[in-house]
Amino acid sequence: MLCNECNQKPVAVQFTQMVNGEMQQLHLCAECAAKKGMKLFGMSDFSLPNLLGSLFGLKPPTAGAAPVAQEQALCPRCGSSMVDIRQTGKLGCAECFISFGEELAPLISHIHGNAQHTGKIPSRCGGSVLLLKEIEQLKLRLQEAVVAEHYEQAAEIRDSIKALEAQMA
Amino acid sequence: MNIQEIIQSPRVRWMEQQAGSESIVISSRVRLARNLAAIAFPNRFDGEQARQSMEEICAAGAAMQGQYTVEAVAFDAISPLQRQILVEKQLVSPEHAQNGSPVHGVMLNADASLSIMVNEEDHLRIQALLPGLQLSGCWEQADAADDLLEQRLEYAYDGKWGYLTACPTNMGTGMRASVMMHLPALQMSGQSRGVFQRLSQLGLAVRGIYGEGSEASGNFFQISNQVTMGQSEKDLCEYLTGVVLQVAEQELLQRQQLRQKSARELEDKVGRAFGLLRYARLMTSQEALALLSDLRLGVDMDVIKGLGPADITELMVCIRPAHLQQYSGLEMQPHERDVRRAELIQEKLRGTEHA
Repeated sequence: MLCNECNQKPVAVQFTQMVNGEMQQLHLCAECAAKKGMKLFGMSDFSLPNLLGSLFGLKPPTAGAAPVAQEQALCPRCGSSMVDIRQTGKLGCAECFISFGEELAPLISHIHGNAQHTGKIPSRCGGSVLLLKEIEQLKLRLQEAVVAEHYEQAAEIRDSIKALEAQMA
Repeated sequence: MNIQEIIQSPRVRWMEQQAGSESIVISSRVRLARNLAAIAFPNRFDGEQARQSMEEICAAGAAMQGQYTVEAVAFDAISPLQRQILVEKQLVSPEHAQNGSPVHGVMLNADASLSIMVNEEDHLRIQALLPGLQLSGCWEQADAADDLLEQRLEYAYDGKWGYLTACPTNMGTGMRASVMMHLPALQMSGQSRGVFQRLSQLGLAVRGIYGEGSEASGNFFQISNQVTMGQSEKDLCEYLTGVVLQVAEQELLQRQQLRQKSARELEDKVGRAFGLLRYARLMTSQEALALLSDLRLGVDMDVIKGLGPADITELMVCIRPAHLQQYSGLEMQPHERDVRRAELIQEKLRGTEHA
């Protein structure tokens, strides 16, 4: 049998998919399958870090900063770049979450369905001083978001502030 | 028990039978991922930072008291075989056990119901493991241990994103709650596939007992939460408990059906498993696990006498390669292991009867 795509090479991959309850079968040669993005022998390429790593790259940065500059930026604490994070699917240190917060936020919401922690608070951080500090920082970000007319982001930040204020109460 | 005794012991806490609990749920586990605020995460730290992290965490562990008293061991201090035994007892992850270095290790309490991996994917992985369905109990224990550690450690934490972890799938609570279940009747009736599909729609993951990527063998499954952010730890545990109870109920229903409609077939299945386990001379772990699943069903349904569910749990662990080699006191090739495994099972099943 010859490949359904190129009609030239022998079939190496049989690909079955269900679309609206109907079964569709594709017979592809190795090259066409690779072009279609199916990894032939690479189930290991489907590992979680790889999958996450590629997802990090899916969403463009929300702010208008030039993507090239973003790629090259390094986390001041551990020296990770966005490229490293994309490759390993892992963050390098606590500071990375600040350094690359904008790029990470969409992915984190995507994984968890939301992006507001509502569980345990370490008693050290539960101290109102730290909470206050955080609220102040958030308020600054809120202002920035409003000025930049990023209203969705602003709404999220506002919700976070409310949640923190509720914790303090 | 100290760590050497835990390694030698045939049982640790989670392997015991929980009084009054169905043996359908074998054990419960809650794991919390934590990182130190000031040190790069393990995938990124250098030798000096690794040493510092190990030192700080072990010092914090050494200050824990009472039921949370832990003994720490660095992985260069025990052999690869001993580390593998800890993996088979589910106290250490397989990836973590690959490290034989002084900056990787684990802290265990006396009955191994508390296990704290140091410098795994995150600086700390705090695990509470208990027999039966006790997710809230696990959470309380992990939470208390976490509080004690936190008195001396400053965690990476963010008001919005919660506990910061190397992998974004763990962020927020950093909590993974899971239960190990035995679901032979659901498998036999062909209903497990549908049940598992529904579980994944509910945001829960189902996999084989040997963790990520492992095939479910012998009808033993691990069910855990996927999402770690946006709900409190208690809510997540209660949610999972509720779902697990429903799955257990389905399994029980199927078992009743089995008893009513195909009692002979059930007895036959269990009897065959029992016969093979008693008299086979070569036994692979895969085969043994499948047969032990049938035997466990027989124990639960009173087809087998003189054996409890905890004995089966113990067998499931002690027939695995590292335990087998420790038991025999020598390194063995797979074929020798199959011989030894068959012998060990026969020893343990002496005095057991098929009704």
